[in-house]
Amino acid sequence: MVNFGYTPLPTHIHDMDKASLTLADSISFEDASFNLCIACGSCTATCTAGSFTNFSFRQMCHQIKRGESKQAIAESEKCMLCGKCTLACPRNVNTRNIIRLVRKANQTI
Amino acid sequence: MDLHAIQIPFHPFVLPFTIGLIFVAFYIIGKWIYWVSRFSWEDKKKIFVGLFSLKTPQAIWEVFMESLLHRKVFQRNTLLGYMHMSLAFGWFLLIIMGNLETRFFTHGRINPPYIPIFFEFFEHNLVSLDYGRFFTFTMDLLLLFVLSGVGLAYFKRFRSKPLGMKNTTKHSTIDRLALTALWLIFPLRLLAESVTAGLYDAGGFITNSIGAFMMTFLPLHNFYYASWWAYSFALGAFFVFVPFTRYMHIPTEILLIFLRKYGIAEKNIHSTYTQVELSSCSRCGICIDACQLGSDLGIVSTQSTYFIKSMRYDKPSEMLVDSCMACNRCDQVCPVGIDIASIRANERKMIQLFQENSYKYINGYEYRKAKVAYFAGCMGHLTPSVYKATLALFEKAGVDYNFIDRDGSICCGRPLQLTGQEDAAKQLIEKNIKLIENCGATVLVTSCPICAKVFTDSYKLKIPIYHHSQYLLKLAKESKLQFEKSDIQITYHDPCELGRGLGIYEEPRELLSLAGNLIESNNSRENSLCCGGSLGITNLTQEQRNTIASITLSELAVGKADVVATACPLCKKTFKSASEDIRIADISEIMLGAVQKSANKLISKEVNKSVIINN
Ligand code: SF4
Ligand code: SF4
Ligand code: SF4
Ligand code: SF4
Repeated sequence: MVNFGYTPLPTHIHDMDKASLTLADSISFEDASFNLCIACGSCTATCTAGSFTNFSFRQMCHQIKRGESKQAIAESEKCMLCGKCTLACPRNVNTRNIIRLVRKANQTI
Repeated sequence: MDLHAIQIPFHPFVLPFTIGLIFVAFYIIGKWIYWVSRFSWEDKKKIFVGLFSLKTPQAIWEVFMESLLHRKVFQRNTLLGYMHMSLAFGWFLLIIMGNLETRFFTHGRINPPYIPIFFEFFEHNLVSLDYGRFFTFTMDLLLLFVLSGVGLAYFKRFRSKPLGMKNTTKHSTIDRLALTALWLIFPLRLLAESVTAGLYDAGGFITNSIGAFMMTFLPLHNFYYASWWAYSFALGAFFVFVPFTRYMHIPTEILLIFLRKYGIAEKNIHSTYTQVELSSCSRCGICIDACQLGSDLGIVSTQSTYFIKSMRYDKPSEMLVDSCMACNRCDQVCPVGIDIASIRANERKMIQLFQENSYKYINGYEYRKAKVAYFAGCMGHLTPSVYKATLALFEKAGVDYNFIDRDGSICCGRPLQLTGQEDAAKQLIEKNIKLIENCGATVLVTSCPICAKVFTDSYKLKIPIYHHSQYLLKLAKESKLQFEKSDIQITYHDPCELGRGLGIYEEPRELLSLAGNLIESNNSRENSLCCGGSLGITNLTQEQRNTIASITLSELAVGKADVVATACPLCKKTFKSASEDIRIADISEIMLGAVQKSANKLISKEVNKSVIINN
């Protein structure tokens, strides 16, 4: 490969081969609607918790899918389970259930 | 046999019955004492005070009406009520009458319990004694009464529809065994008495004729002892089964009625009262048909009867606890009056998913200052047409209001409560109480029944709380709002949290009748169907929710209404996503329409302006 002299910083590399996807797998297994997310961000735009803090359901889903379970679990705690995101989601992602599953993972991990 | 002899007659066949009876009597008394001893001091005091008050005769009356006559089951379906009544009341009368009969013929002697039960065995020539015909006739009549109930019960196993039940409970093996024993008791009694009547030409109009008929072709003397043994065995077996099966409900329901009368209720955690309630469930299955998860989605294994059963014997699975919309329809129909909703809610609290300080990020936030505080809530914010219409009406009525959470609110906590997250809900509630108190409101109005429910039950605010339907009605009554009635046909949908949750059924109807003609749907008020949008359940897919919503809507639209009115933003949203053909509107939108139609054109301009201002 041609070396252009640019390399990504090691801290900016997310190696998916090393990522643990246990949480992602268990959530997709328990609630298949998790796989329907298109990361449109409607949930985040309407989020009740999101108007007080930088919590984002969409981002949390990303973290799960990238294997960053710890961050996702820590984030999920901010949710109020109010259900606005469920109504806003164009893909019918069962958001409240996913939050609950992430919270449950907190107890098992 | 000489009835005057002091010696009390005995035959070994009475043993199965007697042993069974002693066992069950000791078990029940022991259990009652155990339960009562485990109540808190406060509850014990309530029992003690209640015992010597008017509540005791009232409870006795209720036991008579419910445990024996099964009034509530009658109200549901006459045939089903008759079935329950003939079994319970009929059996009760048989026991009473049997005892009177024995007392009468033994001249007031105190007899062991087996004597009245097997009296025909010990004394087969009652007919020739004074009043003998009266007693044998009455006993036969009562037996026929009970047998008609048993017959209906057999019939119900094959076809339950005529008895008003689409689904019946799927019973476990031991329940089936007990049921078989129960079903055999009365036919065997008939057989034993008929055989005896046939052999001795005795008995009443039924046993005598059956006996005489059997005599013509059967060697009855060969069956004589066998039939009495069989009858005694069936009774004994049933008694032994009672503690381990659903039939424990018979004695427990009596205790439950007394406890409830004395003011004991479910608490916010499981208590001894819960134990009593669990054992009081007869697994009659009436709650099954009430549950839309079954009727609409074909989920038939999570209904309250199964939930309560698994609570009684061990621990319900997570699936069983979670699979419930918390709509409380089952609660409403349960003839025993079990507080199913509280038991399930308390069971959900077993898993706390949030930490102590989950919402510490809510800080330094304030709601707008207001006299009349309007709170849209999360769901309200998602349905702007609802709050716009409400606020436009407020403008029109000249209410000095403010939209306190116009720039956003924290969640009221009810969705967390509904999923059992009590600790997290408490944090939000505490924060929200402060926010509401700080805004200086003297009245709190909300469009969301979910918020209204938790405001009323858990907030302990010192100001009155109104749902917007109540407040608009109040404004109308104070002549601050005038509506013009048109011939529009409206069907009102009672939201779960507003109707069954808060008991608000009348105000929305009264208000709507100022705008048009109300048509009631088949399932209204306490029996209103859930829209399917419930926040009490998390494991439904959107498709399943839509199915429920369309079935509920089609039920509502049966009356050919022009518009289906709701009083809940979540119901409205759920219905909207399920159907495009039926017009759905919030009560406030309909009322705004009725104001705008009024002759004063100026008003409508004013209102329109205010709608724009409030956007
Ligand atoms: S709204 Fe639905 S599809 Fe869009 S990001 Fe959120 S969860 Fe994903
Ligand atoms: S349920 Fe949670 S993630 Fe969804 S809108 Fe409410 S606070 Fe945000
Ligand atoms: S909960 Fe009530 S309605 Fe349901 S089976 Fe038990 S007694 Fe019957
Ligand atoms: S509360 Fe509603 S959803 Fe839950 S079991 Fe009862 S009827 Fe079914």
